[in-house]
Amino acid sequence: MSEPTARTGVIHDIGYRKYDGPRLGRARVARALYSHSLRGAYGLGRSGRSKVLPMMLLGVMCLVAFIIAVIANVGAGITSELVLPYSAYTFTTQAILTIFVAAQAPVSLSRDLRFRTVPLYFSRPLERSDYVLAKFGGLATALFLLLTAPLLIMYVGALLAEFPAGRETGDLLLALLGTVVFAVVFAGVGLVVASLTPRRGLGVAAIITVFALSFAAISTLQGIIRYEVGNADLAGWLGLLSPVTLVDGFQVWVLDASGRAVAPPPGDAGGVVFVLVTFAAIGACWALLNLRYRKVSI
Amino acid sequence: MPVIQTEELTKRFPATTALDRLTIDVEPGVVGLVGANGAGKSTLIKILLGLSPATSGRASVFGLDVIKDGPEIRERVGYMPEHDCLPADVSATEFVVHMARMSGLPADAARERTADTLRHVGLYEERYRPIGGYSTGMKQRVKLAQALVHDPEIVMLDEPTNGLDPVGRDEMLALIRRIWVEFGITVLVTSHMLGELERISDHVVVIDAGALLRSSSTSDFTRTSQFLVVEVSAETDAVAATLTEAGLTVKRDGHQLVLSLDDDETYDLVRDAVAAQGVGLIRLEQRRHHISEVFGEDQADV
Repeated sequence: MSEPTARTGVIHDIGYRKYDGPRLGRARVARALYSHSLRGAYGLGRSGRSKVLPMMLLGVMCLVAFIIAVIANVGAGITSELVLPYSAYTFTTQAILTIFVAAQAPVSLSRDLRFRTVPLYFSRPLERSDYVLAKFGGLATALFLLLTAPLLIMYVGALLAEFPAGRETGDLLLALLGTVVFAVVFAGVGLVVASLTPRRGLGVAAIITVFALSFAAISTLQGIIRYEVGNADLAGWLGLLSPVTLVDGFQVWVLDASGRAVAPPPGDAGGVVFVLVTFAAIGACWALLNLRYRKVSI
Repeated sequence: MPVIQTEELTKRFPATTALDRLTIDVEPGVVGLVGANGAGKSTLIKILLGLSPATSGRASVFGLDVIKDGPEIRERVGYMPEHDCLPADVSATEFVVHMARMSGLPADAARERTADTLRHVGLYEERYRPIGGYSTGMKQRVKLAQALVHDPEIVMLDEPTNGLDPVGRDEMLALIRRIWVEFGITVLVTSHMLGELERISDHVVVIDAGALLRSSSTSDFTRTSQFLVVEVSAETDAVAATLTEAGLTVKRDGHQLVLSLDDDETYDLVRDAVAAQGVGLIRLEQRRHHISEVFGEDQADV
């Protein structure tokens, strides 16, 4: 005879429990928001549908790099160089970068504006500049990862093809510095535009317009002025006016990269100006975002 | 010691004066802040949170100055805004966990407190579904949960009953009362309905056009603002006469009789009067007075 089991599930109402655990300060809260934004840029911790686009773009970036790595290995006997240098990869695949920024910058900022969640952040220990820093850092890191992953694949491919390891490593490190600048400039410009509208669709369209249109217009003008008018210097200066050509110019002068823009910055003076304008652009994005969130209605 | 103190607090916008030399002391408990729309209730809360600077005067929370010690105050305060503030595309659990982390709770504590808090505000299975599909009542509960999740010492609730039906209103009011009685958290709650706040508040502050109209414990208010509405099936005049004979002040309002509700004996008198006339009792309810009616009486007194 088995004993009757009297033990059934009982729900206890334990009442309200006070919290006396640790309360982390501003810096740790900002870090939590940073990783939340970084994960959010790839749709992690969000619905399955919001993972599709960022993961697909990352996939395309890596696929192209993989093909380059395969070509390097197949043709190892013929050439000892990658068909596309590391530092030119970002410029070549800039359309993907633009789509990623256009899709994810509004996710980071416009949602909080549209659903009016912003006051909930600012009624907590976080300062407004912490919010901006966490969002800026989160998206910039997401872009850096998007740009770095394919470079690493190409690097592995180059090493497998037994290209000179020292040269490849040096090139890669320089190119990584370039991707940092690309990531910060693109994140900054994208977030400034996204912070101006609570409507996501509008944000996406505006960001694509800013990047793609400015690049198309500037490249065309550069072509006309350099080859039709014959003024290479003026064509080079025009590169300041579009984010892509600006950072490309920065790379050419600072990192001695092979530029892909129609016209490189004119001379050393031009190079210095490109560097200064790049840093000024990053500073301006930071200042504009802070200004925007100082005035945001609570 | 008062939890919240303001001294000659003034806030001017280019077009209006939102707060006009407001001086109040808030003791621990449930404090109702009543005023018509635009009376300056939300402005006061924003100043107390350090989100908006005052034009002049001083304000302190827990004895901390709202301008100098804003971050320190915000660590110990919960805030539920009047407007919608919930993202539609995440679940209540995900959202409240995130807001708990934004209040400085470590990840595991944030998850644990979120589960507890959502249970306390009455959200169960639906907490895993996206907030976009929630009813107004459920959204208000999520808004309340994010204000409570980090176990603050005081919560400021801006119009928490807005948009709720009568049942939802009663549930929300009961919940707010529990925040003080069971959780031990001081509550500053605003509404434009005096009647609903006087039921749950220990102290009521009435402001009008940014100036203090009245500040008193709830029992003082109850005397002047609680009424009983009686509707009978026939012989309304006779019932009214009987009640007047019994010593009550009776006002005729269409088919209804309005009595001042002094104590529970009033109910007995109504029962006896209706029974004596042999008519049916259709309606017997406490009327919640709109704040403007109280203002009207005040002005009549002056």
